Amino acid sequence: MNARPDPARLSDAIADGAVLLDVRNVSLSFGGVKAVSDISFDVLKGEIRAIIGPNGAGKTSMLNVINGFYTAQQGTIVFRGKERRAMKAHEAVGQGIARTFQNVALFKGMSTLDNIMAGRSVMMKRNLFWQMLRHGPALREEIEHRREVEEIIDFLEIEHIRHTPVGKLPYGLQKRVELGRALAMEPTLLLLDEPMAGMNLEEKEDMSRFIVEVNRHRGTTIALIEHDMGVVMDLSDRVVVLDYGKKIADGPPDAVKANKDVIDAYLGVAH
Amino acid sequence: MDLAYQILVKPFADMVSAPDFLMQVLWEGLVSGVLYALIALGFVLIFKSSRVFNFAQGIMVVFAALSLVGLHEHGVPAWLAVLLTLGIMLVLAVAVERVVLRPLVNQPDIILFMATIGITLFLVGFGELIFGGENKRMITEQLGIPTGSFEFEPFGGLLSIQQADLTAVVGAVVLVAVLILFLNRTRMGRAIRALGDDHQAAMSVGISLSTIWVVVWFIAGIIALATGIVWGARAGVSFALEVIAYKALPVLMLGGLESVPGAIIGGVAIGLLEKLFEIYWGQPLLGGNTETWFAYVLALIVLLFRPQGIFGEKIIERV
Repeated sequence: MNARPDPARLSDAIADGAVLLDVRNVSLSFGGVKAVSDISFDVLKGEIRAIIGPNGAGKTSMLNVINGFYTAQQGTIVFRGKERRAMKAHEAVGQGIARTFQNVALFKGMSTLDNIMAGRSVMMKRNLFWQMLRHGPALREEIEHRREVEEIIDFLEIEHIRHTPVGKLPYGLQKRVELGRALAMEPTLLLLDEPMAGMNLEEKEDMSRFIVEVNRHRGTTIALIEHDMGVVMDLSDRVVVLDYGKKIADGPPDAVKANKDVIDAYLGVAH
Repeated sequence: MDLAYQILVKPFADMVSAPDFLMQVLWEGLVSGVLYALIALGFVLIFKSSRVFNFAQGIMVVFAALSLVGLHEHGVPAWLAVLLTLGIMLVLAVAVERVVLRPLVNQPDIILFMATIGITLFLVGFGELIFGGENKRMITEQLGIPTGSFEFEPFGGLLSIQQADLTAVVGAVVLVAVLILFLNRTRMGRAIRALGDDHQAAMSVGISLSTIWVVVWFIAGIIALATGIVWGARAGVSFALEVIAYKALPVLMLGGLESVPGAIIGGVAIGLLEKLFEIYWGQPLLGGNTETWFAYVLALIVLLFRPQGIFGEKIIERV
């Protein structure tokens, strides 16, 4: 896996100083359980940001807050310079946030193509009546979106399963289709929740390649949760580490790897 | 031997000997069937998008019909009354989403089902409070629905088609066709189907749960109004109309809870079969009035062999 980002690019981004997403003092609890407490971190435009931590550290909850599935009890989120306490999931999509899920959330009965087309549906603006007749502007719009979707299918190398219902696909391919659907939304910020969970080495390498290419060629900012440390250290520009809902480290992969708290969190501490 | 003849031979002999009468029976069956299909579609839409079995569909028919007639009684012109009733159904849809569905999101299906029973009881009481409990006449003529009949003479016999029935069938077919186009081709329709497939996935591609719920409940309201007008014209507008909507239940068992073609074919099939059974078997052998129960018995038989309905999605459950 030679996906290591160019250090020059990272410093550019930081020098550029363009903060795309700024999470400020976010806390979230379910009843008495604190899932996330007082967490702050930022995501710079154009970077790959990893969120890591042991199981139950609050990583997925954090993503859910960012894309509006959960509403944080405290704290704010600044996305593209706009400060908000909470947004609804469909508003987050409108703002340019797309995501994938840990356990793959796809439309299982629909084909790969239809699943990815579903990602475009937000952008279809034509009048209901044209759509019903599938004529004129609505038809042109549909064809145009279909072209984009075919490009994504080519990019992810899933042409052969274009018409297969996704429920029948192996897990690794489902994850790829899910990434395709997120890409179809042309997001500014892409949230990936364990994109490589349950994959074999070859699939992981493919997925890493796709992530890096999306980041480089499409300029999409990516925040990802991942357990495979090799992948995280290779892919990401900066890493934030959570443990028991708290932030314990934040910085470039090498610094985080050497951080004592992080090592303790992962390996356990002798008491 | 005689009984076997009565059951197995005579009905078919009757059908062949009087084909004009058979056509009349089939026509009547078709009219009911198309309406059953329409109501069943209302159930299917709501079930597909929110996994809620909407017990209130029947009372919505009554409520829509009552509103229409009630508004007209207060001097509102018929067509304006239709528009206002649609408005009322929209308000109802928004209210149901805000007050009932939204707070109960992610609750088990049975809770939501109970909630729709609650809506039913509320609408019964509310409707009675506003419009009173007595029977009303549907404002058929004022709505411009023709009342005469066409007479045909096929095979030298007589076939009489009520113009009101014909209007109902044409109207229902148009409504069903528009619904199918809406579901299959529009962004909103696709969103409804997507939501039925996977809530989380649907939300992540920018589909708003609450908007879709309002839309499907409003569509169910439109269907309720259409059914209310047609059935009200035949049987008068009263709370007894609610029973009509429950005829959609066997249709759904036959067609499957989430299949649009299933609802349509199931509806028409039940309409035709119950009429045929009533005329050729029920009246001569069982003293008639079989239409009230035939559909349910048929549905039970189907359930024995295909629990998911004829067109339903296969139920696979890991145990």
